[in-house]
Order: sequence, then structure tokens, then C-alpha cells
Amino acid sequence: MAYDTSEGGAARLVLFLCLSLIVLIFAVAAATAIGDYNIPLRTVFLSVTNEVGLTSAGIAPIEQSVVWNLRLSRALVAALAGAGLAICGAILQALLRNTLAEPFVLGVSAGASTGAVCVIVLGIGAGGLSLSLGAFGGAFAAFALVALLSNGATSGPNHTILAGVAASQLFNALTSYIVTTSGNAQQARDVMFWLLGSFGGVRWPDFQLLLGVVIACLAICIWMARSLDAFTFGDEDAAALGVPVARIRLVLFAVTALLTATIVSMVGAIGFVGLVVPHAARYLVGPLHMRLLPASAMIGAVFMVIADITSRLIATQQTVPIGVVTALVGVPFFAIILYRARPQT
Amino acid sequence: MSVVAKNLIWGVKRRTIVSDVSLMVAPGETVGLIGPNGSGKSSLLRLLAGLKRPMSGQVEINGQDIAQVPRKALSRQVAFVQQSVATDTNVTVADVVRLGRTPHRSALAGWSEGDEAAVAHALDRVDMASRRKQAWQTLSGGERQRVHIARALAQTPQVMFLDEPTNHLDIHHQIEILRMVRDLDLTSVVALHDLNLAAMFCNRIVVLEAGAVRACGTPEEVLTQKTLREVFRVTAQIVGMPGADHPHIRFSPE
Repeated sequence: MAYDTSEGGAARLVLFLCLSLIVLIFAVAAATAIGDYNIPLRTVFLSVTNEVGLTSAGIAPIEQSVVWNLRLSRALVAALAGAGLAICGAILQALLRNTLAEPFVLGVSAGASTGAVCVIVLGIGAGGLSLSLGAFGGAFAAFALVALLSNGATSGPNHTILAGVAASQLFNALTSYIVTTSGNAQQARDVMFWLLGSFGGVRWPDFQLLLGVVIACLAICIWMARSLDAFTFGDEDAAALGVPVARIRLVLFAVTALLTATIVSMVGAIGFVGLVVPHAARYLVGPLHMRLLPASAMIGAVFMVIADITSRLIATQQTVPIGVVTALVGVPFFAIILYRARPQT
Repeated sequence: MSVVAKNLIWGVKRRTIVSDVSLMVAPGETVGLIGPNGSGKSSLLRLLAGLKRPMSGQVEINGQDIAQVPRKALSRQVAFVQQSVATDTNVTVADVVRLGRTPHRSALAGWSEGDEAAVAHALDRVDMASRRKQAWQTLSGGERQRVHIARALAQTPQVMFLDEPTNHLDIHHQIEILRMVRDLDLTSVVALHDLNLAAMFCNRIVVLEAGAVRACGTPEEVLTQKTLREVFRVTAQIVGMPGADHPHIRFSPE
């Protein structure tokens, strides 16, 4: 199935975005209502309007606080994280011309985990340096290494992927080394849980920071969407179409690294969203990035909120790491992509 | 527009691939680039199109040093057709040809009537107008080649560089494509393997050997028994054909 993407495409995108926005609102509402302690939707709605200042309905303060301070911020951060990872996936699949590329191919998550482990286990910068900052620093160290290994941004996509693999191996080895030589059982468990991702601790300041980063990055990517389309047939072909290849690659790699590092440092390394969602979006709105990027963002947001709800529902009294849920959905999808990516005769 | 190359040198590591090439292509001319495998045809074309930077020397298109022209501005005047291209993305023929409008569009500009006209015209030129909605993946090698030429035409260039555009094409389309390139109102440089096709459609031919220009001139001047034996290591006879203004090469098995 292929789309002729000009005729009626814009109208279909607007329709798609409106529909997915409605679904997202419902998903966020559900995520706010559902939990160890279920809150009726009406109460959820009134709590939000109370906080915004539209109403002053009589809601139990504990419920209002759970809705506003715990669950709504968590659901919105989940939505933004899903959107961000999906955007990164779409960008990297285009730049690296690899259908299996995702935000963590550049070694960013491995670097983040090393940074986090340094803080949790070694206590580096105890007090001053938080876990998030450690992870952020590690993520960027990994990105810098990949950039260095792949010779700036001038070499081909396979070179970059190999550099990412090398960086991932290095940082994973460092993480394991630190945990096995210096950590105790509890610390190892903390690290493990953090790596698989959790929205447990997020609050409003996280949301504000992430909202700013996601909007800025999405805007840059949309601005470069036309150039991304030109990468369809490779770097040289893009250059022949007038795209400043080296500059675009560097800027977009930096954008994905920033976005991924911010998300990983906040909620851990949540896999498969960045891989799976762009494929679903491509199927729905076609391959042109002007449409693919916003569509990926919306689908990623909905997917992550639903995954978060699921992670709280499948095991009672206990939260399953979000990465487990996304992988359980992601792996079968990955298999389908592999199956369909076989060389066609 | 004219294309002038002055003392181009390019190589990888210590191996020189293009060594001191100078040539001049007049406006509207169709120049064939021939030479054995590894003689530097593709590299020279990329240098001329500004896709590679020469180690020394310069290329002027319409009197302007292309190293001084921004990539996007250059692509509005110069199109480059690669030898063979591939993608995993599920795009249609029309999507691919639309990419040719990339250098003419700003980041957020909509799709204009001018863009649409250029695309429709380009598809028409390569006889693919009826296939515009077809998935690119389902095209044959020759059809893909024609779509890529259409994409180059959609750039509405004044200079076109083609790297063996007749690969994968059947003889009808080989002749069709080269006739189109010759008849287009633009300057073109075409790397070719088929010497008879080069003789048939090019105003002038440049023979490359080991990265240097071995001969340059009209097909009659260049395609001699001596050159063919020394550069291509084949024995051939050059026969004039009644009613044709170009020489024909008959290869001997010895």
C-alpha cells in the first residue's frame, strides 16, 4: 500500500490529528482516574477545573491532590515522553536510512545508565548532582563519543550505527562493571528498575521542562522536514537536491540526543516506542515528514499513556516497569517489521 | 549555461582518482564521458556537480565558481542523476518526482501550481505520467531510472549530469532517454559505457584514462582505432554509415 501524498493529504492529516487529540484527552483522563485508588471521571474533571480556577466544586482535598499533583502530571509527562521518543525514532530512521533505527542506537540510553549508576552506586556528586543530571551527562557523553567515532557527521549511516553499537557496548560494560564491583543488591535493583523506566516520581516541574524541550525539538524537526524527505535515496542524493547534508545531520542528531537524554534522565530508558510508533504513523499518514512527525508525536503520546495505565493494571499493588510493557507490545511489532522487510523478489 | 573545469585533482588517501582534468562544455552541448571501469568518470561527474570538493582546481558553471554558491542555489541550476538508487521507504512515483522541487521550496511553503506543472511535465517527458500513483518499489530497474531522470527534470535545471543513465534500460529506452537528453534545451554531461550510443547522441566526447583526459573532441575525432585499442584494449573497426553523421564501431572478437 502506498500513498499519493499530495492529494487530500493535508485534510487527512488534520482529521487524523484531531481524532488522535481526542483519543489522547480520553487516555489522559483514564490515566488520571485509574490507579490503586480509582477516582470517578467527574471528580477528575472537577479537580482539574478547580486547580485551573474555573470552578470551586467541593472535592475531597486528598482526591484533588492525587489527581493534580500525582496522576495528571504523570500522565502528561508520559504523553510527552512518548511523543518525544517517537519523533526521535522517525528522525533517525530517515537519517540513518534504517527501518530498525530508534532513539537508543546512538548509545544515548547506555550512556545515561552509566551516568545514573555513577550517581546511585558511586555517589559521585552526592547532594549537588541529582540522578537526572548524572543520566543527562552520561547520555551526552555517549553522544559525543558516537559523533567522534563516526567522524563528525560526514560519514555514512552505517558508520554511525556501528559507532552507536560500539558506544552502547562500552557504556553497558562500564555500567555492569560499576554495579558488580561497587554496588550492593539493593542498588543493583534500583538501577535495574530505573533502567526499565518509570513515571513514578515525575511532578509538574518535569512536565514544564519536557514540554519546552519537546516543542522546541519538534519545531526544529518540522522546519527540516523537507530536507528529511530528500534523504529517501541517501546522503548524496539529498545533496544533489540542494540539502546541506552535513549541517542537517549534525543538527538533527543533536536534537535527538537532547530529546532522548532529557527523557531518559527523567523516566529511564523506555525502549521500542521510538522504533514502533514511526512505522505505525507511516502506515497511517504516508512517508512525508511534514505529516509523519506530528502524527508520530500524537501516536507516541497515546501509546505511552496507555502503556502507563497498563503497567499499573497488570500487577496489583505493584508497578511493572513501563519498559516491560512497551517491549511486550513492541517485540511482536518488531517481528512483523522484520518479516515485512525481507527482500522482495 | 557553460561548464568549465580547471585543473581538477581529487583522490582518496594517497590514490589520485581524478588527476588534473580541465574541460569546457559550451551552453546547450551534450558531452559524453567515456572510459574504462575505474577511469574516474563517476568521480569527475561528482566534482563537476559540486557533490565532491576537489583537492585543487575549480569548477565554474556559467562563469561562477560553484564552491562559492550555496548548495540549495546550485541545485536550482544543476541536477545530478545517480547510477542506481534504492530506498526502503514506501513512496510513490509522484512522491519521488516531487522531491525534485526541494531546492525551489522554502521550509514551510505549500505546494504551488508551478511545482505541480514541473512535476507533470517531467513525468510526461519520461513517459511515466500514467504511473504517478504506483509504488516506487514495484517499478522495474529501467522504470526507476526514468523516474529519477524525471526527478532531475522537475528541478528545472540548466545543467544536468547523468552517471550512466542507460544502465538497466532496454535498447528502446536507452535511445529514448539519450535522445531526450540531447534535445533538451540544457547543457549535459553524460557518463556512458556504450561507445556507439555515445557516438550517436553526443556533440563531443571526452575519453578518460586513469583519471586524466586522454582525448576530447567530436565522435569522429575521438573514436579512433588507436584510442580504442590503447584505452579500452579492444580491436575495433570504425565504419561510416550511409546517411548517418556519426561513426559506428564494430568490435572484433580478437
